[in-house]
Amino acid sequence: MMELFLIAHVAGRAIAIDGAQVDSVVDLGEVVPVPGAERAVRGLAALRSRVVTVIDTGVALGKSPMPADARRAVITRIDGHHYALLVDALEDVAPFVRQPVEGGIALTGGWAEAAVGLVEREGEPVLALDLARLVPGVTTSEILAA
Amino acid sequence: MTKARRGKAASSDGCFAPPAALALQAGPAASRSVIPLNPFFTRAPYAPLAMDELLQEFIAETRETLQALAGEIVAWEADPADRARLDAIFRFVHTVKGSCGFLDLPRLERLSHAAEDALGAVRDGSRTPHTGLVNAVLAVVDRIGELTEMIDAGQPLDGSDDLLIAALAEDATPGSVAPMVDPTSQTAPTSGAARANSRSVRLHVDLLDRMMSGMSDMVLARNELARTLRSGTHDPRTEAALERLSATVADMRDAVTRTRMQKVEALFSAVPRMVRDTAAELGKTVTLTVDGADVELDREMIELIRDPLVHIIRNSVDHGIETPAERRAARKREAGQLLVSARQSGNQIVIEVTDDGRGIDVARLGAKAVAAGLRGEAELAGMSDTQRLQLIFEPGLSSRDTVTATSGRGVGMDVVRTNIEQLGGRVQLLNRPGRGLTIAIYVPLTLSILSTIVVGVGAERFALPRQAVEEIVTTTSVGVRLDQVGDATLATVRGRRLPLISLADLLRVPGGAAGALAIIATRDGDYALAVDSVLDTEELVVKPAAPAVMATGFYAGQTLPDSGRPMLLLDGAGLALAAGVRFGRALLREEHEADQAEPGMTALLFEGLDGRRRLMALAAIDRVETVGRDAVRFSGGRLRLAIDGRIIPLVAAGDAGDTPRMIVLRVSDGVTEVAYAIADPLEIVTLPPELAQGDRDEVAGVALLNGEQVELLDAHALLAAAGAGTVERPLCLLAGDGSGWMETFLKPTLEGAGYRCVSRLAAGETPSVTLALDDGPETSPDAVKLTRDQGGPHGIYRYDRAALLAAVASRVARGGR
Repeated sequence: MMELFLIAHVAGRAIAIDGAQVDSVVDLGEVVPVPGAERAVRGLAALRSRVVTVIDTGVALGKSPMPADARRAVITRIDGHHYALLVDALEDVAPFVRQPVEGGIALTGGWAEAAVGLVEREGEPVLALDLARLVPGVTTSEILAA
Repeated sequence: MTKARRGKAASSDGCFAPPAALALQAGPAASRSVIPLNPFFTRAPYAPLAMDELLQEFIAETRETLQALAGEIVAWEADPADRARLDAIFRFVHTVKGSCGFLDLPRLERLSHAAEDALGAVRDGSRTPHTGLVNAVLAVVDRIGELTEMIDAGQPLDGSDDLLIAALAEDATPGSVAPMVDPTSQTAPTSGAARANSRSVRLHVDLLDRMMSGMSDMVLARNELARTLRSGTHDPRTEAALERLSATVADMRDAVTRTRMQKVEALFSAVPRMVRDTAAELGKTVTLTVDGADVELDREMIELIRDPLVHIIRNSVDHGIETPAERRAARKREAGQLLVSARQSGNQIVIEVTDDGRGIDVARLGAKAVAAGLRGEAELAGMSDTQRLQLIFEPGLSSRDTVTATSGRGVGMDVVRTNIEQLGGRVQLLNRPGRGLTIAIYVPLTLSILSTIVVGVGAERFALPRQAVEEIVTTTSVGVRLDQVGDATLATVRGRRLPLISLADLLRVPGGAAGALAIIATRDGDYALAVDSVLDTEELVVKPAAPAVMATGFYAGQTLPDSGRPMLLLDGAGLALAAGVRFGRALLREEHEADQAEPGMTALLFEGLDGRRRLMALAAIDRVETVGRDAVRFSGGRLRLAIDGRIIPLVAAGDAGDTPRMIVLRVSDGVTEVAYAIADPLEIVTLPPELAQGDRDEVAGVALLNGEQVELLDAHALLAAAGAGTVERPLCLLAGDGSGWMETFLKPTLEGAGYRCVSRLAAGETPSVTLALDDGPETSPDAVKLTRDQGGPHGIYRYDRAALLAAVASRVARGGR
């Protein structure tokens, strides 16, 4: 079955995001820091009249932080809260067939936790990520319930 | 057939679905040209409503009415002669019946029709209501609720209603089940008239959310407009127009915000029925008092609290309140007392469930935790009683040995606590072993407008809830000094020492010099919060922040002020906790500890009005409070104190002098309360294990404190002597003849004697005693009848004070209904 995926770039890799998880794609304005929160929480930003929690996707994946001026983000809604996940670049939305992550791929750390499948774009395999698993403070049971 | 009937129903207003449908249709259609349609909005908003939408309307309305009706039903059961209640229930089944024919729901139609017939017969006097009939009607109402839920869930309707319907029949034989209804006779003027008066519309929460977010957008746009205009020309006309726009926007924002609020009543209306059913199932008697139903709370919050509250109340009735026999043995009133109350405290709503049952046996709870393998023996031994009490929140632990039908089936206090904490709230226990338990749910007032103070630290800004800020002082003002004590900082404000927390240090934000101190009041104590500057006050819409933000423990929510820059709301208590500030224990906490203190009882040493030093067990003291002398009156034969909107008996052993204020100890067992006037609270002492026996009632014993003999007052005797002046005053229903004699002459007399009088019962109220004039309208057979003339044959002469009060007292004493 073909599903719509948004192809983005994070931490030097292409990733595929399930279109159903994508609320919108924006360029954020000012990000206000949240002192005391874990590193993956970059801060809060206003999106029209709504406050979104900005996630440093690089840190969430266990990689190095995104540049301080990163503003492009994918907005998703998890458990009633809106999150903006920063991305390096965005490509297109296109239909792909979701394949399981094969046993032979040795993923580690954040990649292993967030991966939910593979899609093949013009012969190049791209990891499909579940955004909910990148957001800190969302427990696995909540993901399963959702 | 369906088509014709639908047209009829829609025009006659006899069925409730069509008016709402019309309102929904009218709105978007009228504004079609103005609102650009969202491309993702697949259904045109002004398309005619389909049948299943009418069905949804019906389900929602039935559910809502059932909730509101729950209290009425219990009240009707208590007094089947109550016409208003009967009418309300009749209207409900009638309305359901009308809609069912139209929506083609034969099962519901048949049930509601049978109930309507039976109730109709009661209404026109051809049948008298008795317990059997009341129960049958209740069963039908319940069944209607069940079927409605099944329809909503799309489940097949199982079971048969024949037995329920048969139980309604006068001779209660299945043969006389009502015939199928003639659909043309379904609209009666009664329900039509009642519905036409209602000016409310049901809206989806999503729509409210959109209004709210549109409102915020409007505010931001206005701000931007204002900035642009101010930088340019100064045309007074433009400025005036902007002013007017600002005022309108502010008004609108208030109104939109209020749409989200609902009275806690929506939550409490189902409580009487639930308590009644639970108690009946367990063979217990419970007297319920509901307080504070008009406190307002966010609608969604109300829905989210519903389940935890139901669980807690069931627990109280099942586990807390003892059986009548056990209560007699424990010298308690046979009917268990249950108090469900709501109040606003600062930026929180507190919902409390207090029972006077057996409380939690902490030792047994600990033993069970060991038996269940949750804790080791050694671990348990190292725990304080407070920590042991917290075991009640462990998954898989129930304080009860046997599982009952009501509670104790796996879903426990752990789930309650988790649910409440997910809302950003907390659950607190106040255990009085052998005397009862209070469970308090604290939920934040999020989503409501909050009055805040904006403070700055470095480049960051934070909001503080205004209620939490006692005062703000600048660090340079006279009477304010900061001292380093070890590695802590202490602030002294006009001689008052406070722990100091530097917001910049705690949040690890590069801050400037601490320029101001905000004195923050928390439940446990006060502290000074050092910030760089205090910037502004602002009314803000606060929303819960994402879990990752809340996890810091610093924040109570997030908000988008008019500047358009997101801001976090600080949590005063959370900051203190994170900074590790320890407060001197508040009295309330001491009570908690004192109950379980091992070596000796703790007591408050105070100076009495007569200058002698005395003791009162700390566990019995609810609070020490300073009250104005004007709140004290000698009324109804004793001293009484008006406090917190109630009247409680006041005991003054000596002359209080002429000071404008006096100090009282509020002694309470959770239900009954007495105030005891003192001159000065001195200190908290631990009593020696041995007390000399007292030989007067009000003295429980004499303790030896540093060589001085000090009397320990008997709190039990104090409460016992309080008698009729309990917190919960018995309810008198004045069933007068409308002349107002009862209200004018009788009411003051009765209220002075400690009763609460009403001329009409509110929903869910059951009078302890009914007073009626012998030639007045018919009332309950057990009413106290008053005669106009002396020596009348049936009843008490209405000016015979002593006999009248005695009769009322005896009715109340035997729980007369």
